[in-house]
Amino acid sequence: MEKNGTIQLETIFQDRIDQEIRIEPKDWMPDKYRQTLIRQISQHAHSEIVGMLPEGNWITRAPSLKRKATLIAKVQDEAGHGLYLYSAAETLGISRAEMINQLHSGKAKYSSIFNYPTLTWADIGAIGWLVDGAAIMNQVPLCRTSYGPYARAMVRICKEESFHQRQGFEILLTLSRGTDAQKAMCQDAINRWWWPSVMMFGPSDEASPHTAQSMRWKIKRFTNDELRQKFVDICAEQVKILEMHLPDPDLKWNEKRGHYDFGPINWDEFWQVIGGNGPCNKERLAARIKAHEDGAWVREAASAFAAKQQQKQKAAVA
Amino acid sequence: MADDALLLGHRNSEWTGHGPNLEQDIAISNIALDQIGQARNFYQYAALQFNENRNAYAPLLQSPAFRQVSGSIDEDNLAYLRNANEFKNHLLVELNRGDWAFTIVRQFFISAYQQLLYTDLQKGTNKQLAAIAEKSLKELSYHVRWSGEWVIRLGDGTEESNRRIINAVDQLWPYTGELFLPADFQQMAAEQGILTDPASYRQNWLEKIQEAFAQAGLPIPSNNWWQKGGKQGIHTEHLGYLLAEMQYLQRSYPGSVW
Repeated sequence: MEKNGTIQLETIFQDRIDQEIRIEPKDWMPDKYRQTLIRQISQHAHSEIVGMLPEGNWITRAPSLKRKATLIAKVQDEAGHGLYLYSAAETLGISRAEMINQLHSGKAKYSSIFNYPTLTWADIGAIGWLVDGAAIMNQVPLCRTSYGPYARAMVRICKEESFHQRQGFEILLTLSRGTDAQKAMCQDAINRWWWPSVMMFGPSDEASPHTAQSMRWKIKRFTNDELRQKFVDICAEQVKILEMHLPDPDLKWNEKRGHYDFGPINWDEFWQVIGGNGPCNKERLAARIKAHEDGAWVREAASAFAAKQQQKQKAAVA
Repeated sequence: MADDALLLGHRNSEWTGHGPNLEQDIAISNIALDQIGQARNFYQYAALQFNENRNAYAPLLQSPAFRQVSGSIDEDNLAYLRNANEFKNHLLVELNRGDWAFTIVRQFFISAYQQLLYTDLQKGTNKQLAAIAEKSLKELSYHVRWSGEWVIRLGDGTEESNRRIINAVDQLWPYTGELFLPADFQQMAAEQGILTDPASYRQNWLEKIQEAFAQAGLPIPSNNWWQKGGKQGIHTEHLGYLLAEMQYLQRSYPGSVW
């Protein structure tokens, strides 16, 4: 009887998905759907928060007052994205504290791209253009994802991300029109960020275990390889405006496919970085844990103060 | 005024990505942004004055910082090419970031001062400065409220927060006297009716601090020996490091557009 009931609920659930009706927090949903979303949304939130570190690395060295202000605002936007996403995940029955613990213990992942270092000012441009560009490619379809709170958070996030991407491109454009040293800085950053950005779409479709189910549930709308191709096609054109090149000798327009062909991806590097062996994995996590631990006394003071205020209010009412 | 806003904005921006929680990370970054915005407004106006009155400012423009600038001076030249001894900020703003208590107390001290300063400037004879002050005051009322609330929260929070904030007050108090000791340029501004003598703000400032400290259960330090020199270009050791970091790209690649 109970089994039949669950099957019925699952049918109703899938029907709603198929009819493009959003799933909301109080609706029944399969456990696996809930778990997949918690994993994906929290991973996304963690990526925003860890992503503040490589860019924050250049706030105190930004080369002009305007760039400094823009960069602070950008990193601050990422903190805001982290907030909306943690809130969206909380509607699925997990607390922010629990998610943060999972990040710090290594149980939850974040985007591997942030395990690469930002070595020059041009990296701030390259992150905006390539990393935010790849993120947008992944995220725009999420504005139509089946889970309501996630989709709504993504609408807001995507607007800001596309602004960031333009800012990043503009940083590179300025460098590409600058002195020889600035041009070299620009090309060097593109060389280092290109392949990690291409890898941001995740393993190829045949090696991506979650894709099929996530597509059925309309959490995901395009496969990793479809999105990756779209990204390569766009960047291969945009890099011409910069008068720079992408570091891929196999990159070539394929008339028949109507797409750019590109060289083999170094999946060994991809899995190594995910597995903890990227250049900055340990530093990034250590920086997050340090901020959290250094802030513990502040959060405790704030709760202790709030509790005292509440007691005073109660006493006043009594 | 621009130097104060820039350097404290810079110090506060060191928290971005490292705040005690996301909400406060966002709040302190916001304040940093406001301060850098204020600095830009003042620098832009200063640059305009220098460019339009080159003769009057000749000695200043002869400094090594500006001799390398071909054409007119802009906000970035003022921020990124001057040496430490050409900065005229209060020592208070250049001190290292410290812990959250240090950041909060410093912000409260300086914001309470800037609120009085800008209110005064707004009434002064210089229309452009009055307009910048008016715009900044909206931001200042938030800075004062936010930092004042945190002073009370930390003072009346836990034993540890109380210990830390008392420590921060002790460290910072000797740097507050300089806020009310007029420098030459402030006396000149007073003569022109742009500002009144900053010594006249001290009583109001002290009342604001006393009010918050009373709620927080914090004593006002009795030490009245003041650290000073910032407004004469004699700084702490911290400023050199701050500038070395902040100015590094502009100095490594002179004459580049960013």
